[in-house]
Amino acid sequence: MKFFISLLLIALLSFALSLFMPWWIIAVAAFVVAFAIPQKPWLAFLAGFLALFILWIAVSFYISSANDDLLVHKMSVLFIKADNPILLFLLTGLIGGIVAGFGGLSGRFLRQVFTKP
Amino acid sequence: MRIISFIISAAITVLLILILNTKMVAPAPLGALLAPQHGLWQNAEPADKNFSEDLKFADLKGKVSVYFDERLVPHIIAEQENDAYFVQGYLHAKFRLFQMELQTHFAAGRTSELVGDVALQHDREFRRLGMTYAAEVALKEMEANPITKQSCDAYTLGVNAYIKTLTESTLPIEYKLLGKKPEQWSNFKIALFLKLMSNDLAGHDIDFEMTNAQQYFSKEDFALLYPNNQDSLDPIIPKGTTYAAPAIKPIAPDDADSVYLNKGFVTAVENEKPDPSNGSNNWAVSGSKTKSGAPILCNDPHLKLSLPSIWYEMQLSTPTFNAYGATFPGSPSVIIGFNDSCAFGVTNGGRDVRDYYEIQFKDDSRKEYKFNNEWKKTEFRIEELKVAGKPNYYDTVAYTVFGPVMYDKNFSGSKKTNNKNYAVCWKAHDPSNDLLMFNLMNRAKNYNDYLEAVQNLKVPGQNCAFAAKNGDIAMRTQGEWPAKWKGQGDFVMPGIDSSYMWQGMIPQNEIPFQYNPERGFVSSANQKPADSTYPYYLGREYPVARGLIINKRLAAMQQITPEDMMALQTDNYNIYAEELMPVFLKNINVALLNSTEIKYFSLLRSWNLRNDADSKGATVFEELYKKFKADVYKDEFLKAPTPIQLPFESTLIEGTLRDSAYKFFDDVTTTQKETLADIATKSFKEAVVELTKIDAAGKLEWAKNKDTHINHSLRQDAFSRMHLNIGGGRNMINATREEHGPSWRMIVSLTAKTEAYGVYPGGQNGNPGSKYYDAFVDQWAAGMYYPLWLMTRDETKDSRVKWVMNFGKG
Repeated sequence: MKFFISLLLIALLSFALSLFMPWWIIAVAAFVVAFAIPQKPWLAFLAGFLALFILWIAVSFYISSANDDLLVHKMSVLFIKADNPILLFLLTGLIGGIVAGFGGLSGRFLRQVFTKP
Repeated sequence: MRIISFIISAAITVLLILILNTKMVAPAPLGALLAPQHGLWQNAEPADKNFSEDLKFADLKGKVSVYFDERLVPHIIAEQENDAYFVQGYLHAKFRLFQMELQTHFAAGRTSELVGDVALQHDREFRRLGMTYAAEVALKEMEANPITKQSCDAYTLGVNAYIKTLTESTLPIEYKLLGKKPEQWSNFKIALFLKLMSNDLAGHDIDFEMTNAQQYFSKEDFALLYPNNQDSLDPIIPKGTTYAAPAIKPIAPDDADSVYLNKGFVTAVENEKPDPSNGSNNWAVSGSKTKSGAPILCNDPHLKLSLPSIWYEMQLSTPTFNAYGATFPGSPSVIIGFNDSCAFGVTNGGRDVRDYYEIQFKDDSRKEYKFNNEWKKTEFRIEELKVAGKPNYYDTVAYTVFGPVMYDKNFSGSKKTNNKNYAVCWKAHDPSNDLLMFNLMNRAKNYNDYLEAVQNLKVPGQNCAFAAKNGDIAMRTQGEWPAKWKGQGDFVMPGIDSSYMWQGMIPQNEIPFQYNPERGFVSSANQKPADSTYPYYLGREYPVARGLIINKRLAAMQQITPEDMMALQTDNYNIYAEELMPVFLKNINVALLNSTEIKYFSLLRSWNLRNDADSKGATVFEELYKKFKADVYKDEFLKAPTPIQLPFESTLIEGTLRDSAYKFFDDVTTTQKETLADIATKSFKEAVVELTKIDAAGKLEWAKNKDTHINHSLRQDAFSRMHLNIGGGRNMINATREEHGPSWRMIVSLTAKTEAYGVYPGGQNGNPGSKYYDAFVDQWAAGMYYPLWLMTRDETKDSRVKWVMNFGKG
């Protein structure tokens, strides 16, 4: 339950903060949530990773559908030298996921510093 | 222990962000670019995007409504004239901002700021050419005139009003890719843009190449290889026109014949060149030749093809004028178009207005140079070049009475080193307010207005076509042209005194023009403006072919409709092939051909002389022609210095047609004397070697062989349109080559209610993530047009209006 609440909170907080902050605010979002809701370190990482993996794929997928997938083909040629939109969606999710995952992990470890064993 | 886990984990996070946010480690900041709420995804424009908006700006004087039609063409209806220019600037920026910045950075020699030191060579060349100096001079003129000052001020405010709205996520895609932010627009940038057009159109010179050729060849051979006049020329102003005695009689220096035109100066500099094919077609026919009885004007400027296109289509309607047509993102006004009374279009004048003088400095300090038997002080201009990712670069340029010293020991062009000093004298350095021409043309009502408008155009000189609803048609080979003595400026000139300088400008009342000529049409296609009876020297290098075929066709046409004009503008008929094919078919020795060669020979024989997209015969002819041209001259040029000018295309064709024993058919490297038959057969066999490869690659059809494509301005293939199925080519009316071609095709029939058609190879929105980015390309490639809608004020509720932007004072 903690895990899903963390995941949801990270996703919501990331989306909201990204409206007016730089993209890397997602790491801070995961950091704060992982600090506030203690879990095992690997779960803290996973919550951040999955939250952003899903969020970024969902948002980019939503934008791309409205665009009739016009730009995603060009972007995939630009970045991965192949016309493969699925790979680009995955790459997008992966980047968001890794950054938020490590953000979450750091939040979790910082909490450890302040709590007694 | 716990703190260490935290430190490691936090360090990884920060490092990841750094790597994904900058180009320090990875080739692209993938995090910044792929973050869906910030990066490139934000440029994926919804297919059903609603462009309607209500905006308020304190700089506006009144209300402006912009009605976008289904092609995203804005029809701007303004209560105040200058508000229309504000909105023009706003919309140019909204749809084309990066292109505007790239072009003006390119013009100013500031490209390195955007793309790094790959562009440093270009930037130095442009600084030394005096591009920024020329733009500074032009800005003064532009701002001294209240009309252009006010229109430019309003335009600049509009551009900057849009820039102010930009956020990280709404930045154009190219800025995100380069990691840059747009800078403020200014009137100076308008001047820079216009100077870039001057360089593209009035910057072509072959002085160094011709100097080398003159040095290398005997006087007789030189005259044969680079004739002063072309037999086949059909000038813009027809032969037989009489010209008044000239007001200026430029006098050649005493040693011109014995030294300058005989021996000249040895040199070896290679300079950056605008494309010599920056040509165009325009013509106007009078009502006597049309079905409707009203004049028709047509124009298709041939420029480098690019995405986004150099043109942006729009209508500007104010209480004082109502104009529609192609505009330049980067400049106010409509450039090629029409209004309620008339239509106007231009082709490049192409005369040589850029000459070089050899300067003798007193010493290496370049502080003084020899001029009229004394030492004259140079003025230094220190050019500071910012380079992305590198320290600034400083270049000191010496200015003389001739102009800036472009080449000296510090800079000698791109390839050859040379310790001589050459100053460039370029007409674009002189003061002029060329923008005023377009401003006035937009509101011109009749021939007199046109005449008054076009005389403001000094550089780049253009052949200005005109047609009006009252039935008038006209053509003026407009520009401020130096009055040259015969041969002046064909080669690099001595710069130690004033004797070789330009002696004056041809007076405007001696500019060749035509007004309602008897033949019922006017036309220009970059050929020589007048025949040799015109009392001023016009130079020697002009393309002949398109002018010939256009005039032949127009003379034969009657009862012309706009559809006939569409067929003419997209005509792939190859007039050089018409002339050369009988020579080839007669002289290629079929007995010496093997079975493969015979196969291609029959393709050639059955060819219909048209470079249509699916024509295989056209590919055979073009390959043969390429080899033939090389084979005729290769031996003569084997040991020639470089860079050197190759003979003009018309020279080879005229030489071949005139004389079957043309001197250059003989291969001077062999002992026997080759004939036309020998060389034609040899060239054909060589061509077949190439053709076999082309055939094997499946590219025998002309469009596939030619492979026309439109590159994105940063040459990103993903944002370009490759492999277009389109015919035509060099020397055809449809002058579509690989990366070059008709950049705006326009046909205007001046009936009571104007009937106009147009298309350009691009789209209204410069964003590669928009469906309007390349929306017109297929229509253009297919040779089809869109009806152009000159909207009236009572049509604002018309079903063609898809979106409305309201600009208010606030």
